[in-house]
Amino acid sequence: MSLRPLTTPWFHGPAGHEKIWLGCAILWCFVMSLMMPYWHFRGKQNSTGEAYTVTPAAFLARTEKFVAANQVGTYKNRTGNALMGELPLVEPPAGGDAYLIGRMWSWYPALRLRQGETYRLHLSSLDLQHGFSLQPLNMNFQVLPGYDHVLTLTPTSKGEFTIVCNEFCGAGHHAMSGKIFVE
Amino acid sequence: MSTSSHNLAAPGTPGRVCGTTGLGVCLDAQRFIKLNAVAGIVFLLLGGIAALLLALTRWQTVHLLPVDWFYRILTFHGINMLILWILFFEVAILYFACTTPLNARLFSRKIAWVSFLMMLTGAVMVDYIILAGQADVMMTSYLPLLAHPLFYLGIILVAVGTLIGVFNFFATLYVARRDHAYEGSMPIVTFGATAAAIIAVVTLLHGAVVMIPTFTYAMGWTAQPDPAWYRLIWWGLGHQSQQVNVCAMVSVWYLLSHIVVGARPINEAVCRTAFVLYILFINLASAHHLLVDPGVGATWKIWNTSYAMYLAVLASMVHGFTVPAGVEIAMREKGYTGGIFGWVTALPWKNPAFSATALSLVIFGFLGGITGVTLGTQQINIIAHNTLRIPGHFHVTVVGGTTLAFMGLAYYVVPLIFQRDFIFRGVARVQPWLFGIGITLLSFGMSFAGSMGVSRRSWDIDAQGVYGPGAHLWLGVLGLGGVLAFIGLLVFALLCVGTLFFGAKIEQRAMFDWGTPPALAGSKAGSLANDHYATKGTIVLTLVFLACFAVYYFANWKALADVWPVR
Repeated sequence: MSLRPLTTPWFHGPAGHEKIWLGCAILWCFVMSLMMPYWHFRGKQNSTGEAYTVTPAAFLARTEKFVAANQVGTYKNRTGNALMGELPLVEPPAGGDAYLIGRMWSWYPALRLRQGETYRLHLSSLDLQHGFSLQPLNMNFQVLPGYDHVLTLTPTSKGEFTIVCNEFCGAGHHAMSGKIFVE
Repeated sequence: MSTSSHNLAAPGTPGRVCGTTGLGVCLDAQRFIKLNAVAGIVFLLLGGIAALLLALTRWQTVHLLPVDWFYRILTFHGINMLILWILFFEVAILYFACTTPLNARLFSRKIAWVSFLMMLTGAVMVDYIILAGQADVMMTSYLPLLAHPLFYLGIILVAVGTLIGVFNFFATLYVARRDHAYEGSMPIVTFGATAAAIIAVVTLLHGAVVMIPTFTYAMGWTAQPDPAWYRLIWWGLGHQSQQVNVCAMVSVWYLLSHIVVGARPINEAVCRTAFVLYILFINLASAHHLLVDPGVGATWKIWNTSYAMYLAVLASMVHGFTVPAGVEIAMREKGYTGGIFGWVTALPWKNPAFSATALSLVIFGFLGGITGVTLGTQQINIIAHNTLRIPGHFHVTVVGGTTLAFMGLAYYVVPLIFQRDFIFRGVARVQPWLFGIGITLLSFGMSFAGSMGVSRRSWDIDAQGVYGPGAHLWLGVLGLGGVLAFIGLLVFALLCVGTLFFGAKIEQRAMFDWGTPPALAGSKAGSLANDHYATKGTIVLTLVFLACFAVYYFANWKALADVWPVR
């Protein structure tokens, strides 16, 4: 009885249907446990969490240097998003480093990448925590102040992509937006 | 040792014998069950009103609240639902589980008062400072976001108050054992509650470790804690506390299926082992929230996801079999033997406690469990982190699962503890369905909108200009589900409060019978005790569940394989 103390011996091994179910459940848990190491070695999408400590000032300086060296134009926002102004459009060298700042409430700068090339994308924040959410692909990574989060990223589709912020960062959070163009 | 000072049968002990169950009820415990349960339901109602406002804001066509109030109410909703309602109600459940089933009396009235008043003070403090606009930081209050110090102090008070209540629970168990208030092993309901209490201690200690330095930082006394460290420890509080809910919910499943249908666990050893698995293997679940974080490596992420998680998942899969199997055996022994599912149609679906239990189990397992394990898979988290898929998951675990089970429990707790029969019982019979369907719709809306990239915790999706009519449609479903669930919640709160004032007094008679399946002629209790292949319906249902699980799981790997390569 579930509500009164047990006074008869109750220690029995599983049997019958319960044993079958336990077997299935353990097997399934085992499959799920193996999927992650399998994907880590054989799959192409992984979050390795590669990161280095960095002060906001140092990250800003690196990003400004990156922008000055690689700017190819200017991105002018033509949407109704009042928080998004003009951004330098920057094309990192193929196989090279790209820097992206998250701050209240914009992603800086706009990036132009080449399809099929691999980049080391450095993400950090100058103020609060932010969320790097690349739409419409729906790829999401966490951005923390004090951490240079490095994504080794290979764009495989062309077009205009929007970076949405998906970590709450104050009143302008919903409109915090950035751009990546892939050609 | 035969003095039995904490035995309810001891002379001079303030107790009564329940007119319905014949069990002894400790009057001290009864008072604090009442206090904590009522406080819980008040916070549930507050959180529910907030939920309605939020649903009507994310429903982009309605878009009710202005931006600052949206985030304020979102913070308020999280705190009231996930912390206050759940903790107060769980303390009530703990006080019940350590007294009546063991024929024991509550260890200390004074400690129970200290616990309750501390929790209440903290709760009022937190709610006040949020509504005053001084803590628009979300429930998670991720640093460097900073709230007014009272916000952290309030949470610390609630946590410490709860810990004191949990101490009272353990002390009651210890004294009951020492004084032989009962013989044999504690019943499964108390065992599950004990597992919940152990996890609660570990959880609340994490809370202290993270909240105290944040409070001192907010006061300007110490430096700012590291944001990544904060996330790691905070989720030791945030995620493990949900495992407290799971334990309490599963205990309620065992309790209600026993009370309504006469079910008992088909194998006590396996059930109890499953509860132990919860205790042992949930402690690193905070990793689920750090799967796309910087600073923690792939090995750490994978290890802490699979090692800690899948044995806790196994535990849930065990209970997901054992609870319906117990019901099936009980029904078959009562004579409902037709076919594979003949026992299902004969179940008392109009008994609100039963329908709440069954819906809770199905919603928690099929929706909450499957989505939770999948989203918490290390790599799949890339296409889910911080999107609406995440609240789409936890609204069917904590709300469709735990809250609905607790509502079901109230349909017996209110008559048995407050000694009044429910008013408007016809409405009560519909309430769990209304709430369950509402929450399910809400979750579907969130999950599908999230799959389309819509972020959680966002006031508006139109500024970004990237979300199409599909996302708007699913946000509409979210809104509709939210409204239905709110009506279900409001009906529940009004029924409970109305019953406290206007319900017919019970005194010594039995409470109103919500409906239990009668034993048919020629049936015999215990006749299937040794038939291990009698649970045909349950094994079919669980295998269907496993198939759904596998389809959803691998579909998500496929979706992940379609995005850009990243390391």
